[in-house]
Amino acid sequence: MEGYFGKYGGMFIPETLVPAAKELAKAFAHCKKDKKFLTEFYGLLKNYAGRPTPLTYCPNLSKLLGCSLYLKREDLAHTGAHKINNALGQALLARNMGKTRVIAETGAGQHGVATATAAAKLGLECGVYMGTVDMERQKPNVLRMRLLGAKVIPVNSGTKTLKDAINEALRDWTATVETTHYLLGSALGPHPYPAMVAFFQSIIGKEARKQIVGAEGTLPDAIIACVGGGSNSIGIFKAFLNDNVRLIGVEAGGKGIKTHEHAARFADPRAGRPGIIHGAKTFVLQDDDGQIANTHSISAGLDYSAIGPEHAFLRETKRAEYSYCTDTDCLEAFQLLSRAEGIIPALESAHALGYLIQHKREFSKKVVIVNLSGRGDKDLGTVMKALHLRE
Amino acid sequence: MDDIKKTFATLKKSKEKALVPFIVIGDPDYQASLALAKAIARESDMLELGFAFSDPIADGPTIQAADQRAKRSGMSTKKDFQFIKELRKYTNKPINLLVYANLVYQQGIGNFYRQAKEAEVSSVLIADLPIEESTPYVKEAKRHGIMAVFTISPLTDRARIKAIAGKTTGFLYLIARLGVTGAKKTVEHSVFAMIKNIRSVTKLPIVVGFGISNKAQVHEICKAGADGVIVGSRLIQMIEKNKNNPKHLLANAAGFVRELKKGTKG
Repeated sequence: MEGYFGKYGGMFIPETLVPAAKELAKAFAHCKKDKKFLTEFYGLLKNYAGRPTPLTYCPNLSKLLGCSLYLKREDLAHTGAHKINNALGQALLARNMGKTRVIAETGAGQHGVATATAAAKLGLECGVYMGTVDMERQKPNVLRMRLLGAKVIPVNSGTKTLKDAINEALRDWTATVETTHYLLGSALGPHPYPAMVAFFQSIIGKEARKQIVGAEGTLPDAIIACVGGGSNSIGIFKAFLNDNVRLIGVEAGGKGIKTHEHAARFADPRAGRPGIIHGAKTFVLQDDDGQIANTHSISAGLDYSAIGPEHAFLRETKRAEYSYCTDTDCLEAFQLLSRAEGIIPALESAHALGYLIQHKREFSKKVVIVNLSGRGDKDLGTVMKALHLRE
Repeated sequence: MDDIKKTFATLKKSKEKALVPFIVIGDPDYQASLALAKAIARESDMLELGFAFSDPIADGPTIQAADQRAKRSGMSTKKDFQFIKELRKYTNKPINLLVYANLVYQQGIGNFYRQAKEAEVSSVLIADLPIEESTPYVKEAKRHGIMAVFTISPLTDRARIKAIAGKTTGFLYLIARLGVTGAKKTVEHSVFAMIKNIRSVTKLPIVVGFGISNKAQVHEICKAGADGVIVGSRLIQMIEKNKNNPKHLLANAAGFVRELKKGTKG
């Protein structure tokens, strides 16, 4: 069936949005094969977003962990995270479709900043929905979005985080669909979003594959990436799906799985199971009736109740494996990378590294790539607060 | 329980249209909501009842708040069905359920429709289920003798209206404007063209909702050829305002629905 990854995915949206989703699917199917579109897209990635991003070998951490560790440096892409790849792709698509406005949801603020940036570059009006809890913990990004000319719309409903920001963006889109493109930031939502976002993010894996072969003369043993909705992970996994490479997605373990205060959809059999939310059938944290659960993570970008449907499929077919990293282990990784390699990671990306640190024995003498999906400047407030409280 | 088709046929004979009030089950709490449902059932032709959901993406702030109140009062899918069974002691009028897909999916689709049948629900509308995804749901609805209701939006083209009508067994719910639910004072003129457009491809009853909050709007839409009107957010605003004064709420809400009903005649 169209828009499905095995039994996951689909298009579960109100009727008002169906024509727009279909129009988008058609436009995307055309553009991804259109030479002119692709030339413009890859041109922007190169000359505007600063791609390719480096693959950095980490000698100090490698020694400490007993493996050969490389970081795919999405933190060095323009705006400081991988989100710019997808934002530029969709903004171009929106412009080609004749839309004059884009809206986005944002958790950590990185996707909001990327969307505001792409909109500024391509001359589109921009509105970004952000939960008030996230606005507080990612303040610098709120200011950046405003400087870039975007309207940041505070979301006060529900948990005031990413889930509610998506609800509000969908509601806006329902009212403005004729002029507005919903620039969804993760590999989530109704068809064609999961496939489209994965396509625009697949540049990460394509580059990493070439770079690691150049550096090591061989493919890596494992790739580790954090998974909120799952865009940076699917972006790097895609290029290695047919290779003998372990693909590991790391969810937010929050305060620990047993506390139920986490965002690990695959790790908590009590609450995580297939359900329908925000346009797709996928793994979602919920109660017995199907009311969507509230989540917790120290990182706003992973603090979300559902995972992209393609990840549910990759897990079911056992092509990828999924684990989690707690707030505490994430903070440890955050500090370790800063001190050992001089790189301050986003709290989201620190989850991937945190997993590696906790499981270092498994990776002894192996070649490992961690997708460093974003930089950590935005998180300094949160980290200082967390470290102070622990002292 | 009265049949939906029979209800529309009877109304047609008396040159009336259906007035369908919408409330969320358990808002502000089980007992107050039951008293309210009984009171408005007496004044209307059919009821639309919503199951509270954590993430109601098709609804505006008024109904979201109602969902939150109902959830806080301890409502669950089991209690929602129990509510309808209890309400059935007092009214035979058709009941259309408004739910979100995950609430149906988590019960097991067949099991959900079986429970709906037991509660003598007439029809089910799933807010986030377009016809593309509807096959297993429509199949189970049929198996349990529940009618399937689908929406048509101002952006639905003629070919799609036909396809939607082909899946629909109860009535077509025409969304009066782009956007989510919420009370407005006037009717957008595109509605009139949409009613004509739908009428030219199907004989199914057309019921119009979203943004309708006064008698003048009800009258205007009925005049334009709709078979009924759904009013939700304005009624729910009354619940919000009078949640601590149940007597006042019942009198006000019943009076409001009675007044709107007048708009469906003549």
